[in-house]
Amino acid sequence: MEYFDTLIVILQSTVRVSVPLILAALAGLYSERAGIFDIGLEGKMLAAAFAGGAAAAVTGSALTGLGAAVLVSVCLALVHGFASITQRGNQIVSGVAINFIALGATVILGQAWFRQGGRTPQLSGDARFTTVELPFAAEIADIPVLGSIYSDLLSGHFLLTYLAFMMIPFTWWVLYRTRFGLRLRAVGENPGAVDTAGISVTWMRYRAVICCGILCGIAGAYLSMAMTAGFVKGMTAGKGFIALAALIFAKWKPVNVMFACLLFGFLDAMSIRMQGNELPIIGVVPVQFMQALPYLLTVILLAGFIGKAIPPRAGGVPYVKER
Amino acid sequence: MNDIAIELKGIDKRFGLVHANKDINMRVRKGTIHGIIGENGAGKSTLMSILYGFYQADAGDIFVDGKKIVIRDPNAAIAAGIGMVHQHFMLVENFTVLENIMLGAEESQVLNAGIAKARDELRRLEHEYELEVDPDAVIEELPVGLQQRVEILKALYRGADILILDEPTGVLTPAEADHLFRILEQLKSQGKTILLITHKLREIMAVTDEVSVMRRGEMVATRTTAETSVGELAELMVGRHVLLQVDKGPATPGEVLLSVENLSVRDRRGVEMVKNVSFDLRAGEIVGIAGVAGNGQSELLQAISGIRRAVSGKVLLQGEPIHVTGTADPSELRHRGLAHVPEDRQQMGLVLKFDESENSILGYHDDPKYLNGVFLNIDAIRKDATDKIDKYDIRPPNPRLKTANFSGGNQQKIVLAREMERDPAVLVIGQPTRGVDVGAIEFIHKRIIEMRDAGKAVLLVSVELDEIRSLSDRVLVMFDGRIVGERAPDAGEGELGLLMAGVEDSKEAAQ
Repeated sequence: MEYFDTLIVILQSTVRVSVPLILAALAGLYSERAGIFDIGLEGKMLAAAFAGGAAAAVTGSALTGLGAAVLVSVCLALVHGFASITQRGNQIVSGVAINFIALGATVILGQAWFRQGGRTPQLSGDARFTTVELPFAAEIADIPVLGSIYSDLLSGHFLLTYLAFMMIPFTWWVLYRTRFGLRLRAVGENPGAVDTAGISVTWMRYRAVICCGILCGIAGAYLSMAMTAGFVKGMTAGKGFIALAALIFAKWKPVNVMFACLLFGFLDAMSIRMQGNELPIIGVVPVQFMQALPYLLTVILLAGFIGKAIPPRAGGVPYVKER
Repeated sequence: MNDIAIELKGIDKRFGLVHANKDINMRVRKGTIHGIIGENGAGKSTLMSILYGFYQADAGDIFVDGKKIVIRDPNAAIAAGIGMVHQHFMLVENFTVLENIMLGAEESQVLNAGIAKARDELRRLEHEYELEVDPDAVIEELPVGLQQRVEILKALYRGADILILDEPTGVLTPAEADHLFRILEQLKSQGKTILLITHKLREIMAVTDEVSVMRRGEMVATRTTAETSVGELAELMVGRHVLLQVDKGPATPGEVLLSVENLSVRDRRGVEMVKNVSFDLRAGEIVGIAGVAGNGQSELLQAISGIRRAVSGKVLLQGEPIHVTGTADPSELRHRGLAHVPEDRQQMGLVLKFDESENSILGYHDDPKYLNGVFLNIDAIRKDATDKIDKYDIRPPNPRLKTANFSGGNQQKIVLAREMERDPAVLVIGQPTRGVDVGAIEFIHKRIIEMRDAGKAVLLVSVELDEIRSLSDRVLVMFDGRIVGERAPDAGEGELGLLMAGVEDSKEAAQ
C-alpha cells in the first residue's frame, strides 16, 4: 500500500508539471502546423507568467492576471508573426530574439516595479488560482485504490489543469473536423494550394500564431499563478523547449502531444522525487541526469524507435508567390 | 458576341524591368479548346495568372461572357467560373483527394456536413466526365496523371466553365498525355471552354481548335488550327525560320568507346528495371535509346554514369572496365572521359541557388585550373564561365546570376557547356531538351551533332521520339528493361511506336 501511495503522489505531480508542457506544446502545434516554426514558446510563456503574476499582484484578481498573461503572450506572438509572415524573416532568429527579450525584460520590469530581485509579490487569496474538488471526492476517498485514484489523482487540480487536458480532444477536433483546421494544415503543407483556392495565406497564418499566443499565455499564467504563487525570474526553466521536443516527439499530432508531455512530466516528477534518494543497485542518480532525460529520450527515440518525424512541409519557409 | 467566353483587351504587365505582357488582345470562343503557344518566358503563364487573379494587370480589361469583370484574387476568378490547373500542381500532398477538393470550398465551419455532399458531387463529376479517382486516396501515393485529374476535378467542383491548363503534359508520359487529351475533348463536348498553354507544337496541332501565339510578351497571331501548320507556328513563335529537321552528315563510326555487357539494374524499390542489356557505342556515332518513360532508360543511364549500383554485368569505357556493380563513382568516371548530362537538370545537374559560374564548374571544381592552392580561383572560374556563356549563347550573359533565374533552356545550356567543354570521349545525355524552348532545342541539337562529328561517342536517352529519330545514327528501343530491337533512325514512327509498346515483331505488325 505504501508503494501505491508513492505512485499516486508521483502521478499527481506528473499531472501538475505536465500542464504547462501540454499547453505550450499545443500552442506550438497550432503555429507549426500552419508553417510557422516557433522556438519562442519559452519566451512567450515566461513573459506571460510575469504579466500574470504582476497583474494579479496589483489588482488582486486571478482572472485579470490570466487576461494580462494572454494579452502579453499574444502580442509577442504577433511580433513573431509580423517578422516571419509579413516581413518573411527567419523564423528561428525571430523566435530566439523573443526568448531573449522575455528573459531580460521580465527581470528588469520586475525589479523596477516591485523591487524584490525580479520577483513579483507573493499571491494569495483571490489573486491566485485555487484548486477544485470534484463532486463526492471526500466521500469516496476511503474506498481502496479507486477512491484514492479519484480523489487524489483526478480531483483537486486547478481549473486550468482540466482546461489543458480538454484542449487535447478540442484541438484534435479543430484540426481534423473543422474548416479552420483543414485550411490550417493545408497552409503548413502547401501554401500555394491555399492561395490558389482563394484563401489568404497571410490571414490563416496570423490566426494560427494568435492561437499559439493564447495557449502560451495560459501556460504562463498556470506557472506563476497556479503552480506557484508569484513570478520568479527564469521560472519557465526550459519548459518551452521541452514542449518543443514533445511536439516533435509527438509528430505534430494532438493526442500524441498529451502522451509525450505526460511522459516528460513523469520524468520530471521522478527527478524531484528521487532527489537524494538512493536507488537499490544504482545508488544516487544525479538530478542533472534526470533533468536531461527528456532531451536524451527525444534524441534516442527520434533516432530510430518511433520512425521519422516529418515536420509540416512548408514549415519555416515564408510564402512568396512565385513569379 | 454571345459565343465569346473570354475577351482580353490591352492587358499589360511589368515585373520590374521585365515587360512580361505587352498590350495583349485575345478572344476565346465558347466551347472550344484554345491553345496558347510560345517559348519559355514568352509571357503565357503570366497572362494566365492575371486571368486567374494571381497577379494584377497594370492595364487592360477582362470580359467574361461579354461582361467586364475585375479579377483581384483567385476567389473572383472562381466566382467568374474560371478554373486553373497549374503547371506545378497546387495540391496538399499528404491530404486525401477529397480534402484537396474541399479546400477553400468547404461550405460550412464544421466539415462533417460538407463531406457527404462533396462525395456525391464528386461522384457525379466522375461519371459526367469519366474522371474516376478514389476520393480517399492520399495525393502523394497517386501517379502524376491522377494528381492532375484531381486538379481538374478541383476546378470543376468549384463550378468552372472555363478551364486553364498550364503546360499540362510537362510531367506526363505520352500515354498519360493522350489520356488527358481525351478528357479535354470530353469536357469540350460538355460545353466547357479550355485554354491550353504549351510550348509543344504537336499538342497544339492534335487537340486545339484555335491557337494564339505569343512571343516576348506580345500576342503575335491567332490562327484556326486546321488552317495552319507546325512550320508556320514554329516560325511565329521564334520569329524566324526554324530547322525542325536536323542537318547532319552520315556517321563515321570508329572504335568501340563504351561497351555494355549483360547489365542488370534494380531501382530503389528493388524492382529489376534493366534486364540483361548489352550494346556497343562507337566513336563518331549517336546511339539513341527510345522508349516510353519508365521502361528502364533512367536506371540504365544512372548505372553507366556511376550514380546507381548495378546488380550484375560489365561496362567497358575505352577498353577499361568500369566497376558498375561496386565502387564506380561519377567523379572517377569523369576523369576517365565519360561526361554525363543527367535527365533532371534541376535535381541532379545544377544547384539552383548557386550562381551560374559556380554551376559551370560543378563536379570539376577540383581541377587545378580553377584553384589557387586550397582556395577557389574566382577570377579564373568567372573567366571560364564567361567563355562558356559566349560559346553557348547563355542568356542573360551574367556569370554571377543565380541559376534559378535562368530559363529552362538556358539552364540546360549551362549543364551542356560544363560537360561538353571537358572534351569527353563519351557523352551520356538524358532528355537533352525536356522543357526547353524551340530556339534552344535547335542549338542543343547542333552541339550534339558537332560532338559526334568531332569523334565522340554519344549515348542519347529521350522520351521525345522525334528527337531520337532526328539525332541518332542507330536507335535502340527499350521496353520493360530490355532492348527489344535496333532500327535505323528512318524507320517508320509506327514501327518504332509498336516496339516501344512491347510488340516484338513490329515489322510484321506494322504491315
